[in-house]
Amino acid sequence: MNLIAALIGTQTKLAQFGNTDLTWILNILFYVIFIVFIFYGQKIQMYVMLREVEVSLYKLKFIKEEGRKIAVETIKEIGKAQTDPTDRVDRFLEYFTIGPQNLDPAGVVWKLEHILDVRDTRFKDEVKAMAPASDEIQVNNLENTLEAASALNFIYKVIRHYYLLGKKTLSLYVIMQIQMILPLVMREAEAYASALKAFAYGQPIGDGAGALVAAKLMHGHETRKIAKDCVVATVPFEGRTAFVIKAEGPGGNVGKPGDAIKAVIEENEGKIATVIMIDAALKLEGEELGGVAEGVGAAIGGPGVDQYKIEDSLLKYHIPINAVVIKEDIGDAVSPLRKEIFDSADKALERVKQVVLEKTKEGDKVIIAGIGNTIGMGQ
Amino acid sequence: MSETSASTTTTRISSFVLLVVFITLALSLLALIFSVTIIGENSDAAWVLLLLGLLGVAISTYVLVETRRRLSKLKIAVPPVNTTIECKKCGIKNVREFQRGDYIFKETEPCQKCSDKMLITAIYREVKEKEKERFPF
Repeated sequence: MNLIAALIGTQTKLAQFGNTDLTWILNILFYVIFIVFIFYGQKIQMYVMLREVEVSLYKLKFIKEEGRKIAVETIKEIGKAQTDPTDRVDRFLEYFTIGPQNLDPAGVVWKLEHILDVRDTRFKDEVKAMAPASDEIQVNNLENTLEAASALNFIYKVIRHYYLLGKKTLSLYVIMQIQMILPLVMREAEAYASALKAFAYGQPIGDGAGALVAAKLMHGHETRKIAKDCVVATVPFEGRTAFVIKAEGPGGNVGKPGDAIKAVIEENEGKIATVIMIDAALKLEGEELGGVAEGVGAAIGGPGVDQYKIEDSLLKYHIPINAVVIKEDIGDAVSPLRKEIFDSADKALERVKQVVLEKTKEGDKVIIAGIGNTIGMGQ
Repeated sequence: MSETSASTTTTRISSFVLLVVFITLALSLLALIFSVTIIGENSDAAWVLLLLGLLGVAISTYVLVETRRRLSKLKIAVPPVNTTIECKKCGIKNVREFQRGDYIFKETEPCQKCSDKMLITAIYREVKEKEKERFPF
């Protein structure tokens, strides 16, 4: 009853409210807001930004936890471990690699290669210890799954660091820089999240577009191991002899195409008419997914060791190098292979054929290297 | 191969935010009721109350909808991946959902027609047309 009386009272007062009183109140309200924004505008903006980062941080935390869960479940399912692998997985997620000192850059590539080899062996040993029942293919897939989970963990920690630092220092510039790159970071995190499932199930991913082209070329021909995790097949191709190279599938790995190309060149004493590399390339926004483009140079990503080795071998014998790339964005590169990219493999193959016909003569020897993660692709 | 739902720790809505939203919503609705009842006696005040009420309802609804949208976004979507199996001899083609252990160029079960081994020729996912945004550039 009291509440109803109070409401009726307020209603009566409002009805008696004069125009002048209202104008006064609105004017005062306007000035108060104006003054508050003059002095606290930047702070309000900062809190809005912090809130935005916080929301993304929640999402990153969820993705990271899911990644960890998927990794643990997959290891338990495939590896049939005797003990719970959770602690080992947590330890793996915190692994780091220290790059070589480059104050004196001479020989830095070999130092980097050594560190990457040690890292690879260490990762494989860890996975084997976590999942003793897994075969070579599953070890590779599990390693990829753990690496994706580790990348998500790292992204989460970096964003959390800047968020907490911004909150502690209340520095607009600390908060602003992280808020500005947040959409790109989130895209990358979402890409890794979809990669996790693909790696766990052993599904082919967009990054393997180059390997798919090579697999299509070498399928039905005898293959032999040429370098670590790399195979080569000698294929008759448009009247030429093609040495088709790819990482050994169907486990998730990229192999060492640098060593493989070098080995084939040395086996043939440099008598190679041309080298054609096929790889997935990051497309710019607005470009067609699965578009095929052609150019020159070593089409290969990664830390640069393989690119260096390829360029070095080519220079020794002055062998021309051509590149065919299949365009895709970061999300497509690490998530299950899209139909558009799968269909582009045939288009890329046509382009390779065209390059071989235009740049070489009948009877020549050519190297065709399909670069990328060969997960879910045989040969 | 279903979507993973959000865990409770990372997806809870702040109770403070909810309280503020519901108080704003209640006050806005009250302002709307008052504005309707006093419109004959003081039209200026009624208009101001109507404006404030509508603004309050709009803001609180927006915050609620956005919070719900944020929660529904917290999922790792697993797109359906299909495996195409072909018989090279008689050309029979089967498409089924991806199964663990499938890989491109894997020899699978014998063909029902000619008993020759079938081959996995494709594994990919298809993105529906509506998911793609089209720009005039």
